[in-house]
Amino acid sequence: MANIPQRIIHEYLRHDKKFPHVWCAGCSNGIVLGAIIRAVASLNIDRNDIVMVSGIGCSSRMPVYVDFNTLHSIHGRSIAFATGIKMHKPHLKVIVVTGDGDCAAIGGNHLIHAARRNIDLKVIMINNNIYGMTGGQCSPTTPHNAYATTAPYGNIEPDFNICNLAMGAGASFVARTTAFHVLEMQNMIKDALQHTGFSLIEVVSACPVIYGRLNKKGGAPQMLKDFRDNSIPLSAVEKLPPEKVEGKIIRGILRKEIRAEFSTEYAALCKKTQTAGGE
Amino acid sequence: MTEKDKIKTEKITKAAKLESKPVDTPKKRERKTVLMQGNEAVALGALDAGVNFFAGYPITPSTEIAEILAAELPKRNGTFIQMEDELASICAIIGASLAGAKSLTATSGPGFSLMQEGIGFAKITETPCVVVDVQRVGPSTGMPTSPAQGDIMQSKWGSHGDSPAIVLYPDSVKESYELTIRAVNLSEKYRTCVILLLDEVIAHMREAVCLPDIANVRIINRIKPTVPPQWYKHYDENQKYLSPLASYGEGYRFHVTGLTHDAHGFPTNKPSEAAEMMERLRKKISYNIRDLVQIESYRMDDAKIAIFAAGITSRAAKAAIASARAEGIKVGLLRPLTIWPFPDDAVRKMLRNVETVIVPELNQGQLIYEVQRLTKEKSDGGLIPINKVSSELITPNEILSKIKEVC
Repeated sequence: MANIPQRIIHEYLRHDKKFPHVWCAGCSNGIVLGAIIRAVASLNIDRNDIVMVSGIGCSSRMPVYVDFNTLHSIHGRSIAFATGIKMHKPHLKVIVVTGDGDCAAIGGNHLIHAARRNIDLKVIMINNNIYGMTGGQCSPTTPHNAYATTAPYGNIEPDFNICNLAMGAGASFVARTTAFHVLEMQNMIKDALQHTGFSLIEVVSACPVIYGRLNKKGGAPQMLKDFRDNSIPLSAVEKLPPEKVEGKIIRGILRKEIRAEFSTEYAALCKKTQTAGGE
Repeated sequence: MTEKDKIKTEKITKAAKLESKPVDTPKKRERKTVLMQGNEAVALGALDAGVNFFAGYPITPSTEIAEILAAELPKRNGTFIQMEDELASICAIIGASLAGAKSLTATSGPGFSLMQEGIGFAKITETPCVVVDVQRVGPSTGMPTSPAQGDIMQSKWGSHGDSPAIVLYPDSVKESYELTIRAVNLSEKYRTCVILLLDEVIAHMREAVCLPDIANVRIINRIKPTVPPQWYKHYDENQKYLSPLASYGEGYRFHVTGLTHDAHGFPTNKPSEAAEMMERLRKKISYNIRDLVQIESYRMDDAKIAIFAAGITSRAAKAAIASARAEGIKVGLLRPLTIWPFPDDAVRKMLRNVETVIVPELNQGQLIYEVQRLTKEKSDGGLIPINKVSSELITPNEILSKIKEVC
């Protein structure tokens, strides 16, 4: 056998189980998976302590490939499942991998309420602006005027800014990056994993086979290049005139604050009821 | 076992000790009689059965269950969480169960409908959990504070895609306590979502209940795997399809999916494996039917007329039977405590000896179809429904006059 390079990601994959994966060539999901694994490895977290939860869709297939405790649940409800896991075993690191349809459309209610509770879940929303697995229908993040199979004349709905939504609902860690900015993504995930509280990372990602094709985006490399050229770091935003910021993807940690976390608060409540009982 | 595996296994036993959240259940309670509601009895039964996780959304007439558990669970290091809706509630209790909790939620018709997708998920993934459905009148919002027995079919068929159900149905406050414990035990044993159907009247009626000493409450806990993680199969075919269940955080790192899966829990599209999985779900119930089905037979020995009724309606039937017997009419009652799987054998046996079966129900006819299915050989005249959906109960007199009509 030739020498096969053993990368850190190989150690974390269930390579004997379910490969090849279901994702199309050029899909960004693999990039995100790589970043998650490297973030976990760099923090040296015991993989027995990680639960990866997902809902339905392309990105939600991720848990099957990676050797953590994994749960591929039902459409839109991944955050609710994750809440149950976290509340029963608060020491577990619960990572939710979800897509824009799963998280922001059908799962929107759970997203805002988990953010409000500030429960310590790490939600990584891979935003490819479309429903990939069901074949290219409009999602809440499909840009205005973009094409989808259910928007054959162009989308007339405005798109959703999920980071703003999460911040409005009370998430204590909110960040955005793109599939092009791999190191940045990895560091953000690392940062989120160390943060205590509801964390949302939006990864703007490429779906060249469906979204890209319907909207003539020129294939995966071109889409990634567009992310590079059409995004600006948060630190640069203030220095630029508003017209140069208009329509760009703003990358960076948009919010990071310390706020009471739900499972910790609940543990304190338990203690309180138990000491009160002795009166 | 390689050196690496040894280290892994060691770590696991160590981890398992550390990770399970300690739950305090009272060590001792004197046998005592208490006046309480059905909903209180459910909450107490849940606590006695070891339920340490409740997620729910308020809905009449089930709210007391949530309210009591909100007060009691924190005292015992259990978790109470009021979720944003019923869909979130069922999902949260499944998640908690996979992390090792004994979990329960309580709802009523509209919420029960919303939970159906999650219930299907619990069934296909074989995750223990209990859903209490306190039934109310009508489709949609109906009459929230009035009784009906309209969810009998929903509790079996509500979730899509063919899945067998275990549904228990108490007739009193005392039995609400007992069957809640049984529901939790069965969910743990059979690794599935067990449903407890309750009548609104029982939920809100106060009766004296003699609570047993805690030491005498029989508790069943899920079987834990004893093999090292690399040997663990999430769905094992041993022991009548009752297989061990690891919890997240114990070192087993298993995969759970609502997709059709193989014995290890990984998704599959192979027709043979798909059929095997579906058969497994079916056989898990059908192979164990004698353990699952509970039925009460009341004055049936010499009965020429039988009444088949569940829940609160069976109590009206008992009163009617007393009056009819006083007049020399030979009538008895068959009452299922388990309505799904349906007690086929008991009903068949009953039908052999009686000429007429009366089926009173607080709906437009649901249980009667099951009885009819088993009465093919009898003429249709032998099967008589009594239905009521006006929010009022069926009275003993209504049943009695029907008995007199047919005798």
